[in-house]
Amino acid sequence: MGGLDDLYQDLILDHYRRKRGEGSLDSPTVAVDQNNPLCGDEIHLELNIVDGVVTEIAHTGEGCSISQASMSMMSEALVGKSLDEALEVVEHFRMVMHGSEQGDEDRLGDAIALEGVAKYPVRVKCALLGWMAAKDAIQTYRREGEEVA
Amino acid sequence: MSTAAAPIDVTALRADFPILSRTVHGAPLVYLDSAATSQKPVAVLDAMDAYYRETNANVHRGVYELAAEATARYEGGRDAVARMVGAPRESVVLTKNASEAINLVAWAWGIRTLKAGDEILVTEMEHHSNIVPWQIVAGITGAVVRFVPVTPGGELDMDAFAALLTERTRMVGVVHVSNVLGTINPVAEITRMAHAVGALVLVDGSQSVPHMPVDVPSIGCDFFAFTGHKMLGPTGIGVLVGRREVLESMEPFLGGGEMISNVTQQGSTWADLPWKFEAGTPPIAEAIGLGAAADYLTAVGLDAVRAHEVELTAHMLDALAQVDGITIFGPRDAAVRGGAVSFSLPDLHPHDIAQLIDQEGVCVRAGHHCAKPLMRVLGVGATARASTYLYNSAEEIDVFVRALGNARLALK
Ligand SMILES: Cc1ncc(COP(=O)(O)O)c(C=O)c1O
Repeated sequence: MGGLDDLYQDLILDHYRRKRGEGSLDSPTVAVDQNNPLCGDEIHLELNIVDGVVTEIAHTGEGCSISQASMSMMSEALVGKSLDEALEVVEHFRMVMHGSEQGDEDRLGDAIALEGVAKYPVRVKCALLGWMAAKDAIQTYRREGEEVA
Repeated sequence: MSTAAAPIDVTALRADFPILSRTVHGAPLVYLDSAATSQKPVAVLDAMDAYYRETNANVHRGVYELAAEATARYEGGRDAVARMVGAPRESVVLTKNASEAINLVAWAWGIRTLKAGDEILVTEMEHHSNIVPWQIVAGITGAVVRFVPVTPGGELDMDAFAALLTERTRMVGVVHVSNVLGTINPVAEITRMAHAVGALVLVDGSQSVPHMPVDVPSIGCDFFAFTGHKMLGPTGIGVLVGRREVLESMEPFLGGGEMISNVTQQGSTWADLPWKFEAGTPPIAEAIGLGAAADYLTAVGLDAVRAHEVELTAHMLDALAQVDGITIFGPRDAAVRGGAVSFSLPDLHPHDIAQLIDQEGVCVRAGHHCAKPLMRVLGVGATARASTYLYNSAEEIDVFVRALGNARLALK
């Protein structure tokens, strides 16, 4: 596949074939749907949040190799993070996708492999889908928390 | 137009399209996305270039020679399009694209005419262009948008259409040829049925006019919209053909220069058709380019274009049917469908298909094709779509199908 090595590296394909976090949680703290208006892909993301920390992530839905691999990597990268840390990692990943920050493997984990997607503007949306869903989930959780309080 | 046009000699004809000789990622370009936009022949590029180089001036205003020449070329573009679709020139309104043509009807007719409880009937296989403007009209007027269902075979359910058609129906919007399924809809019959209950009919001909002989008056519809860039013309120009009586009964869409007869502090009166609907300096070079495109297609012969595409589509359907596990959407008989073929593979997302085969120079579209309601009916989020035109060859389809096989192996 010649010039596509950035997009279809082994690590990305590994996450695509063996998705981490695929499935559903029994009673998630928060759940959101996100869709990619470009291609119509729809995903469903669930988080468990305990004491301000993301303890579990699960996802279902359809998508291309990049969006599915990215979801899988995101589920690994954000588990165990506090909500603020998680939002910060999401923002870092977004900046990496837009080519404005160098990827930091400590924060991104396997998702560092997606750095090359920045060269394919159309696919950036695919890579961001799961991460934007995570951000949405955390913000939704906080909003709902405020309403309850 | 001659009735027995000579068959298309693809090799010779391709020489008219400079872009087709380029390579992509080192491979010859195989352009299979003409349903999104077509490539442009030298005749179109030259006509637009010549306007800017030789006669650039605003139209309909100057008394000097240059302005007269520009006006003649601009109106000549309209004449060429009018001839191609068999319509009188005064009923051919030039717009920005098909979407604007439909919005013109939605705003100038729909919003002024429809009342709460009136119904607008569109089909499940419409492009968003023929759905969203009506939803906006419904939001403003209280009218209701209803959808004619599509059968599992990818055709309109005509029994359901008959049942949905009532005296409440004021407008029927229907695509002539589907950009996703390739289905050719029976628009003349639909028009007869709609007129019988007093509804008007708008046909979206964006995917028919470029690819087959179309005589708008014989369809009988009230409005017929299409877009320049899919028929070898430039972007930035579209067409609304309207029935004269209906256009005359309508108020303008946009106001400004060009579209008036007289303007006073108390009010204004409107220009004659078609200028009543063309506010402001029009896309002059684009209209000239569109005229050149219409003349080019007419010279090749739309019968010949259609015959060539039926052959290509048959080849495409046969070749794709050999692909393991493939789902092909829409009618399977090339003789009754257009050349846009959507498909999906169980193990390869449309994005990955399009990205991987691009590496071999092949351009296909991946996504919802601006037809999300149809995607939902088909039970998919997205499809891949290969679409042909007069400049494609059977060999290109073979390159595409081989590339599809390679893509599959790459992500196995
Ligand atoms: C069936 C159909 N209708 C309408 C359109 C809209 O054309 P435009 O974007 O030029 O307005 C398209 C093309 O995208 C189409 O395929």
